[in-house]
Amino acid sequence: MSGPMPKQAKSRQLPYLIEILTAAGLIVAPVLLPHLGFAPNTVNRILVWGLFGLGFDILFGFTGLLSFGQSAFYGTGGFVAAWLLTRAGFGNVLGALIIGMIAAAATGYLVGLIALRRTGIYFAMITVAIAEVFFFVEFNPLADFTGGENGLPGVPTPSFDLGFITLHFTDGWSLYQFIALCYFIGIVIALRIVRSPVGAIFSAIRDNPLRATAVGHNIHGYKLTAFVIAAAYAGFAGGLLGVLQAFMPPDAFTFDTSGQLVMQTAIGGRGTLFGPLVGAAVWLFLQDFLQAAMGLGAAWKLVLGVAFVALVCFLRGGIVGGLINLFGFVTGKRAAAPAEEAPAVAGQHAAEAEIAERTPVVPAPAGTKRDHRPGPILQATGLTKRYGGLVANSDLDFSVNHGELRGIIGPNGAGKSTFFKMLTCEIAPTSGRIVFEGRDITGQRITDVCQLGLTKSYQVNQLFAGLTVRQNLTIAALAKLRGKFRLDLFRKLSTVKGLSRQVEHTLHLVNLAARADTPVAELAYGEKRRLEIGLALATSPRLLLLDEPLAGMSPRERIETVRLLKAIARDRTMIIIDHDMDSLFELVERVTVLQEGRVLLEGTPEEIRTNAAVQEAYLGGVHGEIAA
Amino acid sequence: MISWPNLISQLFNGLALGALLALISSGLTIIYGTLGVLNLAHGAMFMIGGYAGFVAFQYTHSFIIAVIAGSLFVMLLGIAMERVIIRHFYQRPHEDQLLVTFGLGICFVEIVRLIFSSQSQIVPPPPLFQGITNLGFMFYPTYRLAVVGIVAVALGALFLVLYRTRLGMIVRAGIEDSVMVDSLGIDVYRVFMVVFGIGAMAAGFAGIINAPVVSLTPGVGDDILVETFVVVVIGGVGSFPGAILGGLIAGEIISVTSMFNPGYAYVMLFAAMTLVLVVRPHGLLGVQGRE
Repeated sequence: MSGPMPKQAKSRQLPYLIEILTAAGLIVAPVLLPHLGFAPNTVNRILVWGLFGLGFDILFGFTGLLSFGQSAFYGTGGFVAAWLLTRAGFGNVLGALIIGMIAAAATGYLVGLIALRRTGIYFAMITVAIAEVFFFVEFNPLADFTGGENGLPGVPTPSFDLGFITLHFTDGWSLYQFIALCYFIGIVIALRIVRSPVGAIFSAIRDNPLRATAVGHNIHGYKLTAFVIAAAYAGFAGGLLGVLQAFMPPDAFTFDTSGQLVMQTAIGGRGTLFGPLVGAAVWLFLQDFLQAAMGLGAAWKLVLGVAFVALVCFLRGGIVGGLINLFGFVTGKRAAAPAEEAPAVAGQHAAEAEIAERTPVVPAPAGTKRDHRPGPILQATGLTKRYGGLVANSDLDFSVNHGELRGIIGPNGAGKSTFFKMLTCEIAPTSGRIVFEGRDITGQRITDVCQLGLTKSYQVNQLFAGLTVRQNLTIAALAKLRGKFRLDLFRKLSTVKGLSRQVEHTLHLVNLAARADTPVAELAYGEKRRLEIGLALATSPRLLLLDEPLAGMSPRERIETVRLLKAIARDRTMIIIDHDMDSLFELVERVTVLQEGRVLLEGTPEEIRTNAAVQEAYLGGVHGEIAA
Repeated sequence: MISWPNLISQLFNGLALGALLALISSGLTIIYGTLGVLNLAHGAMFMIGGYAGFVAFQYTHSFIIAVIAGSLFVMLLGIAMERVIIRHFYQRPHEDQLLVTFGLGICFVEIVRLIFSSQSQIVPPPPLFQGITNLGFMFYPTYRLAVVGIVAVALGALFLVLYRTRLGMIVRAGIEDSVMVDSLGIDVYRVFMVVFGIGAMAAGFAGIINAPVVSLTPGVGDDILVETFVVVVIGGVGSFPGAILGGLIAGEIISVTSMFNPGYAYVMLFAAMTLVLVVRPHGLLGVQGRE
């Protein structure tokens, strides 16, 4: 997904460029926009939609959660603020807006607990249903508070007594100043969030929730965070709507509100923060233009609908995304890079590049030295996995010592991958026990096990496909450095202690330093494979499982990867599954042979190579046939 | 106050509504189960079925022709929609599928609004089912009884197609594992087109059957869409029996709650959905992993 790339390309020199440009734009708007046919009231409405959309874009564009129920929070915030100001005798407009925002965020938390139980289309359906409930509740049971279908008239405009002067923002361009300030603060906060570690994890969840979980992030917590952020923005914007219209309309709660927000965001460009604002401007401008100037009447919405469908079909990034691509095309720069945390990372690049040049080998972060403590680091006893009648693994006993380099081989269907999935707690065993470093981890979550220092690289690449190599590794390293959940929403990514060191170290380890800023989509297969291993490595595991790291590689890539694996093995315990026995036997110290879900044999590569039972297992009855 | 006849009549209303919801949800759920696309234009399909039937009725004054015309028109529309647009979205993320079908739904609604205006239109029930029937203990509108019967027949037909034909076998296999079906040498894309047509037709058929009960407006499908979502979440995505069970549960909850206070109908429906999500996250008859 693309971000505000042109601005960010420049932001290497000027870190707050986007903020400054936004401020300048907001200041210039009252001078320029009237000439383009925008009435002040229209501009104010665009800003309210834009503010509403900032939170929604964090939820949808950055975290990948498409909610069709944002009206619930828009309405909640709006009506709480309006009720305070009109019925409860509360005089402070800004205070009421903030209370409305908090109420909406709290509601968002509760709704999120339910809606986020499911993902994908389920999530979309549940949010629709919940929003519909809010609409009915507002109309009926709570009609005494919300005025039912009449809404709440008489919402006052804000005024601030500064002692020597009273600022009163009444309407038109006067009220614009207040709303524009709110929008500016909103965008500053939103930019901080998407550039924070949490923002990086949001985009990881969007790209590959499975891997984000596996590298040790509590993605449910982060999704709920995004949901609450979106609800808070919606609540504040809802309150502003009442202030803007001097009346809180009941239709804030309708499904149409949610739908309009979704469409505006998609039209403007998701994942860009400014997309919803641009989308709202297009929407409201076209509404006025098509209805009044073209005399289309009610048909304007059809025109918008068709345009929307066309945009979704042909221009996925919306208007802003399209402009970014165009800019990239014209200037000859690659513009496909996902850029949400680019500014933070960008600032870091120059410094890191220098360090890298001066110190070609980045020292390993402490705590990952290979240890040769006696005894097993991992011990599995009686491990069994059944799928209905099918037994994948039965009664496996397996033990690996500290510092060991173990290989696992077995014919297809021997249950090797299932075995790995159980060890990393990706799936729960039907029976049996797994002990890692003296701790029983049976039945734990994959996230917690990764945090303990046990992870694996996948047989089929599980990368964050929309991000660069560096961003991929950053996400994995963050899990190690910050734990599985932390709300450092306003911290800069570059200030996370040890992050750049860890990422740089891993980049060198998997030999991808030269490709650090390349998007995953542009990597060659062998490079993707190495990044896959790098993702597991960046979490600093003490026990690393590699599921067919050589699969699908060319002979040359295999040689390079074996060398890489040897280097990695210096610092940790590893278990490797692979079918390439020559490479594997060269690499490992001991080999376990699985057959039909059981341990057939264990021994040194030499013992295994010459064992008759192993040859039988691999070559089937061929010997027999030849003999016969 | 609650009286027995009143309660029973509401239970009947719930049955009629539930049967309709079951039929519409079946369409939604088999499309999702087979193609992996949640069709947010499904409510619009329901609405268009009603309008297409209305037009046919204007010309022929035959309810049966209206039903046939409404269903066929929506089926063709569904097939066209799949051929022209949806098929390009199978490889794209769920969000894009949601966005494009949502946009199409709006286009459909606005086109109908442009042609027929927002004014409500009426299709009278067929002469055979007009008036009220004496059930012995109460009087009940004949057509609503007929709706239950008609929809039951339609669901039965859908059942036969899904469980007794080769196509149905492919569809059910596709719901379990579409990659596997594809690798068996079956032209999955052709099946997808047919399934989309059948799923849309289920909604269109329900739309024209429902037209004599609730007058037609361009927005008539919007609420129905939300209700079918709840039905599918309760019943389990991709499950045909789940859609029927969920439909009946939702229909009864809406009707019975409306007897006390219509404002709480959705609240109760939502509460039921939440309960299901907490107790059985994959729906009453859903299977884990279909997401």
